[in-house]
Amino acid sequence: MYRRSFKDTKSSLGSPNPNFSKPMVALRFLRALSLVRCSGPGARSPSYRARGIRRAAYACMAASAGPRRAWSRALLRKIRRRPGRGLRRPRAVIRRRRPVGGGDPLEVALRRLVPGGGCMEYCRLLEEAADYVKCLAMQVRLMQTIVDSASHVNSID
Amino acid sequence: MSTRRSRSRQAGAGRITDEQIDDLMSKLQAILPEARLGRNDRVSAAKVLQEACGYIRSLHREMDDLSERLSELLSTTEMSSAQAAVVRSLLM
Repeated sequence: MYRRSFKDTKSSLGSPNPNFSKPMVALRFLRALSLVRCSGPGARSPSYRARGIRRAAYACMAASAGPRRAWSRALLRKIRRRPGRGLRRPRAVIRRRRPVGGGDPLEVALRRLVPGGGCMEYCRLLEEAADYVKCLAMQVRLMQTIVDSASHVNSID
Repeated sequence: MSTRRSRSRQAGAGRITDEQIDDLMSKLQAILPEARLGRNDRVSAAKVLQEACGYIRSLHREMDDLSERLSELLSTTEMSSAQAAVVRSLLM
């Protein structure tokens, strides 16, 4: 059975991910945005495009955080899931799929909000939640910057 | 001893002490914006969890809102100039 000791989680807390610097996330997201644009701005409804942008935002955020985080892995799995393919998961990766029985309603709420949070130990959940909040806040700030710049550009012309 | 057992969330996962949980709680509290929690040092664990949930929900809403605005802007703006402006602001 796959078991993470607390020592493992503690060591992953301190090690920085080289991919996750603000310019890298920004460039990755800008590239994703340009791909959304190329797919034909007139052909799709704005809400469809908005959903694509949101999906791209979460995907860039998760990709930049790297595979060491459970929330980023869970997010990428959810985004990249293609229904009907039926790829078999390799046997070497055995994750605990049993959801943890909730006693505390706040803990249950947090598990629902953090991607992949349903099956974690409590300590892991707290650690993942902190990292998720940090990355989410940064992604929101980045998108706000882009919106501000684009609006500014619009107002100049 | 009985309090420790009632606190540990999982049997057999190793002894997770109250100090470790408190440490992680304080790290989570540090991430949350100060406006939500005030400047008190001693904030209850329940309050931290509650504010964390509220903050995550508000961030999700902001993501949706900003995605909508970005999709509107993409249809009207020349993306290359917006990209240039963003890169310039990031490098400064």
